[in-house]
Amino acid sequence: MTARIWGIATAFSVSVLGSALFAAAYALHSGPQWEGLGLFVALGALGLGIVLWAAFAIPAEQVVDVRDDYPSDRDERSEAEAALEHGLAEIDRHGFLTKVLLAALGALGVAALFPLRSLAPGFGQGLYRTKWRRGARLVRENGVPVRASDLAVGSILTVFPDGYVDDASSQTLLLRLPPGVLAARPERRNWSPQGYVAFSKVCTHAGCPVGLYRASTYQLLCPCHQSVFDVAHAARPISGPAARALPQLPLEIAGDGYLQAQSDYTEPIGPGFWQRA
Amino acid sequence: MIRRVVLALDDRLGTAHFMRKALRKAFPDHWSFMLGEIALYCFVVLLATGTYLGFFFDASAQPITYNGSYPSLHGIQMSAAYASVLRLSLDIRAGLLLRQIHHWAALVFVAAITVHMCRIFFTGAFRRPRELNWIVGLVLLILALGAGFTGYSLPDDLLSGTGLRIAYSVLLSVPVVGGYLAFLFFGGDFPATQTIGRLFFTHVLVLPALLVAAMAIHLGMIWRQKHTQFRGPGRTENNVIGSPLWPNYAMKSVGLLFAVAAILTALGAFFQINPIWLYGPYNPANVSSPAQPDWYIGWLEGALRLGPSWDWQIFNHTIPAPFFAGVLLPLVFFTLLFVWPFLERRITHDGQPHQLLDHPSDVPWRTGVGAAVLAFAIVLTFAGSDDVQAKIVGISVERLVNLYRIMLLVLPVAVGLLTFQFARELRARRNALAEAGTRIAISRTDSGGFAEQPEKDARRP
Repeated sequence: MTARIWGIATAFSVSVLGSALFAAAYALHSGPQWEGLGLFVALGALGLGIVLWAAFAIPAEQVVDVRDDYPSDRDERSEAEAALEHGLAEIDRHGFLTKVLLAALGALGVAALFPLRSLAPGFGQGLYRTKWRRGARLVRENGVPVRASDLAVGSILTVFPDGYVDDASSQTLLLRLPPGVLAARPERRNWSPQGYVAFSKVCTHAGCPVGLYRASTYQLLCPCHQSVFDVAHAARPISGPAARALPQLPLEIAGDGYLQAQSDYTEPIGPGFWQRA
Repeated sequence: MIRRVVLALDDRLGTAHFMRKALRKAFPDHWSFMLGEIALYCFVVLLATGTYLGFFFDASAQPITYNGSYPSLHGIQMSAAYASVLRLSLDIRAGLLLRQIHHWAALVFVAAITVHMCRIFFTGAFRRPRELNWIVGLVLLILALGAGFTGYSLPDDLLSGTGLRIAYSVLLSVPVVGGYLAFLFFGGDFPATQTIGRLFFTHVLVLPALLVAAMAIHLGMIWRQKHTQFRGPGRTENNVIGSPLWPNYAMKSVGLLFAVAAILTALGAFFQINPIWLYGPYNPANVSSPAQPDWYIGWLEGALRLGPSWDWQIFNHTIPAPFFAGVLLPLVFFTLLFVWPFLERRITHDGQPHQLLDHPSDVPWRTGVGAAVLAFAIVLTFAGSDDVQAKIVGISVERLVNLYRIMLLVLPVAVGLLTFQFARELRARRNALAEAGTRIAISRTDSGGFAEQPEKDARRP
C-alpha cells in the first residue's frame, strides 16, 4: 500500500479516537470542551480522510454533459400547449359552471380566513391605557411604595402602579431633579411635586426600556437604538431615531407622604401605531 | 449484489436510464460552487442538533422560581422556557455543546447563503434560464432569516426578549394593519404568554418544512437545468464540464459535509455563544447594554438606529419611525433583489439564455451596483453596534450616529463607482491581452540565461 493510502487510513483511525474521546467525555461528565474536541476530531478526521481519498485515491476524471434537456423541440411545445388549451376549452364550455366553481372556491377561501381572528386576541385598550389610575401608589420592583422623602435629589428609580409590579406597559421612571432644572410646561406645572418627575420607561421608538441615565446632563438613553431624551424639557427626544417625547405621568404627594399618580398617562405610551392620533 | 439491486429497482421502477445518466452527471470544479453546499450542510447540522434540543425545550411562559444548579439565579422568577434552556445548557450532558453548535450553524447557514447569493449575482448566474431559481433562493434566504430569528428568541432571555420587543414594535408600525399584525403574530399585546409557543412551533415545524420544500425545488431546478460554468477551454453554452457525480463529486461532497460539521463543532466547543445564564431571564422593565442581535439582523438593527426620527401624522393617524427603517427599507431591498433578473434584462435587452458565467469584471455596471448595495448593508451592519464602537473609540454615540448617517449616503456611491472603474480597467486589460494574441513565456535556461518563446493558446486567462 502506498503512503497515500496509509495517510487516509490514519485519518479514519484518528476519527475513531475522536469518537472514543467524545463517548468518554460524555460518560465522565467532562464538559462541553472535551465533548466538543472529541466530536470535532471524529468529524474532522472523517472529512479529511474522505476528501484525501477523493483527491488522491480516485483518479480525477472530467465528463462532458450536453445540454439537450431543454427547451423541448417545437412540436413538443405546441402539443403541450394544445393539450392544456384543449382541457381549458372543455372546462370553459360550461362557462356558467366555471363561475360558480370560482365563487365556491372564493367563499371557502374567505371562510378559511375567519379562524385567524382567534390567533389575534383582544385588540382593545391595551395599546392606549396602562394600569396607572388616579391615586395609584408608586411602588418599587419589590412592591414597596415610595415616600416623598425616600429619594435623594439626582436619583432615579423604576416604579410600577401598586398591584401591577412588572407590568410591561406601566413601567415608569421616577426621577428627583434639583430645583430649577425642570422647565415644566404650564399645563404640567403641578405634575412634579418636590422635584419628582415620572416618565414612561417604554421608549417611544421601538419599545425598549429606556434604561440608561446620564445624571450630569439629565438625559435618558435607550440602549437599543441610542435615542436620547432630555428630562429637563419634558423628556423630548434630542438625538437618535425616537421622534416623540416620553409620556409624563402626573404625580402628587398623598396626605400620608406617599407618591401617587394623579391619573393614567394622558397619551398612549410606547412606540407609535397607525390608530394613534 | 449490486447487479441484483440495480436490476430489482429497474424491474419495478425503470430506474436504470436515470441512474446511468445521474451517476455520470458533470459537476464543475470551482470553489465558489461549494458555497451553496456549505449552506445545505449547515442545514443538515441544524436539523440534527435541533432535533436533540427540541426534546429538552419547554415552550412555556409559565412563571417559575428557579432553584436549579446555577446558584447565581436562585430565587429568580423566570419562564419555564428560560429554565428549560438553563437546564439544557448547564445540566444536560452535551446539551450546551449541541446548543452552541446549533447557534453557530445558524450563523454560518445565513452567511453561506448570503455569500452564495453574492456569487450568483456577481457572475450573472441568475440570468435566463435561472430567474426562477434566483427567486426560490431569495425565498430560502428569507426563510433562513426567519428561522434564525425565531430560534434566537426561544430561550426567553433578557437579550432575545428585547429583540422580540423591537420586532413587535416594528410590526406595530405598519400602517393600517400593524396592530392586527402584531397581535396576530405575538398572540396579544406584548409580552403575551402565547408568544413562545408560537415561536417554537414556527421554528421547529413551519419554517423547517418550508425550508425543506424550497430546497427541494432549488436543487431540483439545478439538477434539471444543469450547472453553469465559467468560461474555459472546451466549455460552451451547450455543454457542462466537470467531475462525475459518482464517485468523484459524491466523495468530495460527503467530505465537505463532515468538514462543515467538524468546523461548526469546533466553534460550538471552543467559542462561547449566547451564554443566556449571564443575561438573565427576560423582564420587560430590564435591558442589557450593550444589546446586539445576531449578525444577520445587524443591518436592520443599524437601520433602526440610523433611521430618521420621523413620526408622520396623517389625517389623525400615525406612521411611526420604525416603519421607514424597519419595514420599508427591507421591503424595498428584497423587492429589488426579487426583480433584479427582470430589471437587468430590461436594461441590457439581453433575453438570451446564458450557461456560461460572467467574470465580475465582464459587466462593470452590475458589479458596481452590487458592490454599492453591499456597502450599504455593511455600513448598516456596523451602525448596529455603534454604541460599542463609541465606547471603544471614545466619542459620543450621537456624533457617531451622524457620522454613520453620512457614510450611509456617501460610501455606497463611492464604493460603487470605484468598483465600476476597477472592473472596467480589468476588463480593458484583459481584452488588450486577448487582442495581443500571444503571450511570451520566459524560462530559465540551463546555462543561467533566459529564453523567450511565444506561447500558444494564450487568448483568455
